[in-house]
Amino acid sequence: MKKVYVNEDWCLGCHLCEFTCAAANSGAPDMIKAFAGGKKPVARIQIEEGDKINFAVQCRHCEAHPCVKGCIAGALSVQNGVIVCDEEKCVGCYTCVLSCPYGAIVIDETGHKIRKCDLCTRNSHGEPACVKACPNNAIVFEER
Amino acid sequence: MNYVIIGNSAAAVGTIEGIRQIDKTGKITVISDEKYHTYSRPLISYWLMGKVTDKNIYYRSPDFYEKNGVETLLDARVTKIETAAKDVVLSDGKTVPYDKLMVATGSKPFVPPMNGMDKIASCHTFMSYDSVKAIKAEVKPGMKVLIIGAGLIGLKAAEALNEYKADITVVDMADRILPSILDIRAGSIMKKHIESKGTKFILGTSVDEFSEHSAKLKNGATVDFDMVIIAVGVRPNTELVSEAGGKVERGIICDLTQKTTLDDVYAAGDCTVSHDASSDTDRILALLPNAYMQGEVAGRNMAGAETKYENAIPMNAIGFFGLHIITAGSYDGEEYVEENGNNYKKLVFKDGLLKGFILMGDVKRAGIYTSMIKERIDLSNVDMDMLKDRPQMMMFSKARREEKLGGIKR
Amino acid sequence: MAINYMNPLFEVVRNYDRCIKCRVCERQCANEVHHYDPDLDKMVADETSCVDCQRCVTLCPTRALKIRKNENEFRENGNWSQQVMDEVYKQAGSGGVLLSAMGNPREYPVYWDKILLNASQVTNPPIDPLREPMETKTFLGKKDQEIHYDENGKAEFKHNPYLELDVPIMFSAMSFGSISKNAHESLARAAQELGTYYNTGEGGLHKDFYKYGPNTICQVASGRFGVFKEYLDTGAAIEIKMGQGAKPGIGGHLPGMKINEEISRTRMIPKGTDAISPAPHHDIYSIEDLRQLVLSLKEATNWEKPVIVKIAAVHNVAAIASGIARSGADIIAIDGYRGGTGAAPTRIRDNVGIPIELALASVDQRLRDEGIRNNISIVVGGSIRSSADVVKAVALGADAVYIATAALLSMGCHLCRSCNTGKCNWGIATQRADLVKRLNPDIAYKRLVNLVHAWDHEIKEMMGGMGINSLESLRGNRLMLRGIGLNQKELDILGIMHAGE
Repeated sequence: MKKVYVNEDWCLGCHLCEFTCAAANSGAPDMIKAFAGGKKPVARIQIEEGDKINFAVQCRHCEAHPCVKGCIAGALSVQNGVIVCDEEKCVGCYTCVLSCPYGAIVIDETGHKIRKCDLCTRNSHGEPACVKACPNNAIVFEER
Repeated sequence: MNYVIIGNSAAAVGTIEGIRQIDKTGKITVISDEKYHTYSRPLISYWLMGKVTDKNIYYRSPDFYEKNGVETLLDARVTKIETAAKDVVLSDGKTVPYDKLMVATGSKPFVPPMNGMDKIASCHTFMSYDSVKAIKAEVKPGMKVLIIGAGLIGLKAAEALNEYKADITVVDMADRILPSILDIRAGSIMKKHIESKGTKFILGTSVDEFSEHSAKLKNGATVDFDMVIIAVGVRPNTELVSEAGGKVERGIICDLTQKTTLDDVYAAGDCTVSHDASSDTDRILALLPNAYMQGEVAGRNMAGAETKYENAIPMNAIGFFGLHIITAGSYDGEEYVEENGNNYKKLVFKDGLLKGFILMGDVKRAGIYTSMIKERIDLSNVDMDMLKDRPQMMMFSKARREEKLGGIKR
Repeated sequence: MAINYMNPLFEVVRNYDRCIKCRVCERQCANEVHHYDPDLDKMVADETSCVDCQRCVTLCPTRALKIRKNENEFRENGNWSQQVMDEVYKQAGSGGVLLSAMGNPREYPVYWDKILLNASQVTNPPIDPLREPMETKTFLGKKDQEIHYDENGKAEFKHNPYLELDVPIMFSAMSFGSISKNAHESLARAAQELGTYYNTGEGGLHKDFYKYGPNTICQVASGRFGVFKEYLDTGAAIEIKMGQGAKPGIGGHLPGMKINEEISRTRMIPKGTDAISPAPHHDIYSIEDLRQLVLSLKEATNWEKPVIVKIAAVHNVAAIASGIARSGADIIAIDGYRGGTGAAPTRIRDNVGIPIELALASVDQRLRDEGIRNNISIVVGGSIRSSADVVKAVALGADAVYIATAALLSMGCHLCRSCNTGKCNWGIATQRADLVKRLNPDIAYKRLVNLVHAWDHEIKEMMGGMGINSLESLRGNRLMLRGIGLNQKELDILGIMHAGE
């Protein structure tokens, strides 16, 4: 299955993937509207910045998926290999945050729901928006 | 193949989904003493608060049983397991035969005998959908509520009732709150936070005597109430297995494949004893993720696979009145502590490994610490300053990151 | 406090309705122009160090940025322009030589833009390149003068060493040191895929690139940086750099702060001190000396590799070329005054040298007149900007062209001309690891390949339009060119007629 993989050597820590992800999943038609009026939509991909190294972390859609197994509301499930969250069911208990070995699950701006990468399968992009936004091939959407 | 599951909560659902990974056609029967479609027990306080709807309290979709070929016998109580005949007996006398049996009976609230309890007008436990429905029917704004027990369940009840502007007092024999997951300092921070929202605590004492609307405490104080909620603890439902001759200590004893000492009988969830990999001890790990995963392993093994449930550790993610806690592992070892307002961080190290942690307030990405405990990651390859700063993949070696994030195995 | 006479050259114009405060501009500017002010909750810009590299403009996800010339205007003066005055202020302040990068940006005539191409119509009909075979392959080297036969009457092809190019375009010399390792890797991989060559420049060849040897031209410059036997053996050809279009008459200059461990090892010089190449080769003071070096290099590489001699286009370029054609060299490379550089004194870059169009025409004509045109192939560079320039160059007599600025543009360069500061925001003209990372060879090499493929296709279209199906038929074919807006002298030197004639 195609997933988003990291080429650590090329990440510049520019954060374009984060802003694009946040806008793509905000429900707004474009990036400007997504951030207008002081809104701060949350990205499902996170950049870790270091001295000479940067890289992006997002859901690996892993086979173990401890997040799905621990979800107390049954909000997390696996659809065609992609791990998705039914945000209506999510109660913000953070059991998935406790379980994810990559720290890939993000708490939203209200603190009452979680957000996670679903490979843009449920927004208008269809294919991961973060990959399209990366200027340097630091993240790619392919099979490995 | 005829699979029978006693229970209808997380462990049972794990068992169903585990069986169906291997055996798509075998018959599965679920017997539950509650009358509901599988619902999430931890969500009952959210339901009471109005944060979860009637529809969303259910743990799986409405067509879950149909999609998985499961027959349900709801509102039916199992009284006996007959291992020779390989069937279970219901309270109405019917028998249900099995080839493989799963005991996922969970636990029941422990109600200690206290003086004058029979006089109390309104007394509830806080364990089931029915119990919160009963509470909801009675609750009124400004109502006085006395909660016995300052543990996970008691404080969740307090949080829920606070939404109704109830006047809440929590009493506990211990001198601190949440002793099962927090240390003294973290417990004190959380106590102050909860007190700032209006709930009162009386710790280090217990009830001497109840009357209809008030309780006299052993320290001399008196607490008036309209409603009492008992939340002092739970007892695992092990009688069916012990009476059938299976090995039971504090909970049902299973091996790593979740098999009990009875042939073809498995157990999973809050009724079982697990092996805690972080402290290398055996104890009951009454946690939903644990129950589900034990059930899944058991289900697969019942269907013919050979899976083991290893690396179980205590782990909790819970929030009270907007302040969140994430904890895992054991706290025996060398400690590193950081405190900043309501943010508290404690990391516990032993034998060159991360053994446990407590995070309060800022709990982002805690799962990275959890996996280090479970996988027993060797800290000599980890940047300790980064580890102490916050959970981050940066603390690991480039090779590990290439494998985990880049899909490259060398 | 002394008065700062230097006004910022540029203004950063930010559309606050579009700005989402993502801070990408802040993170990506090596000159620290942008930053986020938490008190004002706004992005603000300090334009004093802005060089108009366009990195922020290009990366801004909402296209909220524009860079404009600073609209501050001195009093109008047709003689003392603002730029000339700024240069005086700078020198009054620093007491130093003005340094610049890239090619001469001044308003001199561009002869390529005053030359027009022919097309066939009725007789000698045009050729459709999508239907007919078109040959843009070319060979660089000494042309064989006669055919030898062995004792059985069979023809023997004892040929001189040559370079075989699938397209008449090569990547010109840019040293490792002036540009980054990732830039070199992109050029090497593109040259390999295109079946052409790239040039090491005077910085030597990095060990990691020996595998691209068959597509590498190894340069021997006056400082002889990085020159040793293995270096010469690895390349496909050797180029002796006598001069460079951007700075004729002086040697190269790499500032000490750009010399790190890798550069030091590749150039075989100490770290941290300026690497200055001398103006002349100190063993070449006559054409006979040049011949001696050419033959020594051939001897050292077993006579298997063609030797190129690169000169800058100066006043008597035709005479120099004639001497080189008799020296034993196989190829002559001429670099016009518009050629680029990593760092050169501004006055030399802008005032020394002559246009490549005129140099090419006069060299080609002189060699033909002396009957030695076939001794040598001619390669030209110094602002070849498009496929049309390539076609005109070939028609004026070139065998192939060298491109460098166009190659850098393909890799992201925006001609901000600050290469000498070593803070190239595109990862090209820098050695800072965090900046070099920005140039991903996987992406850049493909862009170079795309550019050359596109030009190759356009060359075929233009040739087809002229009714020519092979580059050989275009070479030196001045009848295919007409001048426009040129005076008679210019037409004579170019050897072409005026449009309408």
